[in-house]
Amino acid sequence: MKTNELLKINNLHTGFRIKDTYYDAVDGVSLTLNKNEILAIVGESGCGKSTLASSIIGLYDQNKTRVQGEIFFNHKNLVNLSEDEMNEIRGFQISMIFQDPLSALNPLMRIGEQIEEGLMYHTSLDKKEREKRALELLKQVGIQNAERVAKQFPHQLSGGMRQRVIIAIAIACKPQIIIADEPTTALDVTIQAQILDLLIDLQAETEAGIILITHDLGVVAEVADRVAVMYAGQIIEEATVEELFTNPKHPYTRSLFNSIPQMNLQSDRLNVIEGIVPSLMNLPRTGCRFSTRIPWIPEHIHEENPVLHEISPGHLVRCTCWKQFHFKTDKGGGTHELYANK
Amino acid sequence: MSFMQINDLKVLYPVRGGFFNTIIDHVYAVDGITMEFERGKAYGLVGESGCGKSTTGKALIGLEKITSGSIIYEGENVTNKRRSRKSSFNRDVQMIFQDAHSSLNPRKRVKDIIAEPIRNFLKLTPKEEERKISELLEIVGMPEDAKFKYPHEFSGGQKQRLGIARAIATNPKLIIADEPVSALDLSVQAQVLNFMKDIQNEFGLSYLFISHDLGVVKHMCDYISIMYKGRFVETGTKEDIYTNPQHIYTKRLLSAIPKVSPIGREDRKRERIRVEQNYQAQYKNYFDENERVFDLTPISNTHAVATTSTKKGVI
Repeated sequence: MKTNELLKINNLHTGFRIKDTYYDAVDGVSLTLNKNEILAIVGESGCGKSTLASSIIGLYDQNKTRVQGEIFFNHKNLVNLSEDEMNEIRGFQISMIFQDPLSALNPLMRIGEQIEEGLMYHTSLDKKEREKRALELLKQVGIQNAERVAKQFPHQLSGGMRQRVIIAIAIACKPQIIIADEPTTALDVTIQAQILDLLIDLQAETEAGIILITHDLGVVAEVADRVAVMYAGQIIEEATVEELFTNPKHPYTRSLFNSIPQMNLQSDRLNVIEGIVPSLMNLPRTGCRFSTRIPWIPEHIHEENPVLHEISPGHLVRCTCWKQFHFKTDKGGGTHELYANK
Repeated sequence: MSFMQINDLKVLYPVRGGFFNTIIDHVYAVDGITMEFERGKAYGLVGESGCGKSTTGKALIGLEKITSGSIIYEGENVTNKRRSRKSSFNRDVQMIFQDAHSSLNPRKRVKDIIAEPIRNFLKLTPKEEERKISELLEIVGMPEDAKFKYPHEFSGGQKQRLGIARAIATNPKLIIADEPVSALDLSVQAQVLNFMKDIQNEFGLSYLFISHDLGVVKHMCDYISIMYKGRFVETGTKEDIYTNPQHIYTKRLLSAIPKVSPIGREDRKRERIRVEQNYQAQYKNYFDENERVFDLTPISNTHAVATTSTKKGVI
């Protein structure tokens, strides 16, 4: 491992059991997370991005899930650790921020106690010190009247405040890695901006590595350093944020960008990606997985077994179909004429 | 020429308390809004959660009791008269809901779901009804055999399209769309938005588009109203709002939207902080002592802003 590498994932497969067969939701993902870096993982629902997160932190149903591959953290392979060993790391060196702050907080515990909980397991602070640290943390995440909030229950706080509390819990033990799974999806834009700014500031202070899982390309553009785009369990493109947004290569990435209702662009029609994401059980395990959604691109252009190619330093693209990809010019959509004539 | 007007609409929820559980106060969910709807135009209602935008939509269609104010539809007062309306209001105003899944009855087949407004409002023979349903499914781009399926057999985007098929079944004039795409993925969202635009162009539909996503609203709407605490802080055309925002709340909202470009994000962050400080500093100029938004003051033919009465005409 290089010195600034925090986490190294090698060929990770996470499969779920459906009727005695395991189907891989994460299918051969390799990634590295460096110190002081925000790595964004982008993709549509069902692409395996949340499964990837739960594989790293070990939050999956052991009876129904099979995890293969290597996740190296501090010279340990997290995949092989026992539940007790994982508990040592979870919440201490690797912590997580969840999407829905209300369901991630215990409704029957006061905010202060919930922050202290992690400190109690992982540090040797006594009760007084823990209380003091909890107040510090609340102030650090921008809650002004920390003393009062610490005595309140989750339902008494607004959505933005709850998410701040979740972040306070996540950074309580000064973790090296924070996994943020859609941290702002449930929040309003103004609150979202505040939470994202907070995440950036905290990261600058603690030098933690953050894995940001999101489907919102706007959020990625605002905060990420490096981006990995996932589709059907695989990473299909990986690059620095500047490179990916100015020079996207893979047809899927380009299609995604074209379907954003742009704030500054006046085009009447948005790009639609044909078809649907194949379900886990019907996923073609060979060939380019995106080929069915761009049927106007001839078959022979795709690689037989697409791999990630490094097309420029740090910019990886799966398959070779991007070289000859073009958007469909035919706008189509003649079905409504029928209705108009009636 | 507008076909529907809303005047000083208010929806108040009582707060009960005290010894006899009497009404001690009210929550002003919608606090005096005025709007007009023209044919073929799309109106956007934007605001953060809890600002009353969904309540407005529900009040318009009659799912929420209106406390005061009036809705005039083609010259007839239709406020709070859901059942006894003589006009075609119920037929001509339809709604698309945010959560497509929970707005479809899980125990009904698609054909019965879509047939519901047809059976209520249009007197069709079973054969005609059958044909109408097939047409509607074709319009929303669903296969014919979808008729006999149940809602759970469809994906999120498909379910939302079924919701749209139901809403357009009676050839409505106004569709109230309450966050129709916020639960959908980008590519599916694009599909639904394109489709809503198509049917708008073809049938001269009007939309009331309720959303917190300013990108989507900009793409879809001609007129935009920004809502805060149950009142409008700013209304205007799309250009008025995006290129010439006047109210500090609008400015703050616009500065918070992430841009789809990493270039210049440091500057944007500084700008956000500056706008936020400005917002805190100038709060008193834009909200009265009860933190209520001021009445709207027109500053051009289309553009109106809520500011202090002393500033009237100055900006």
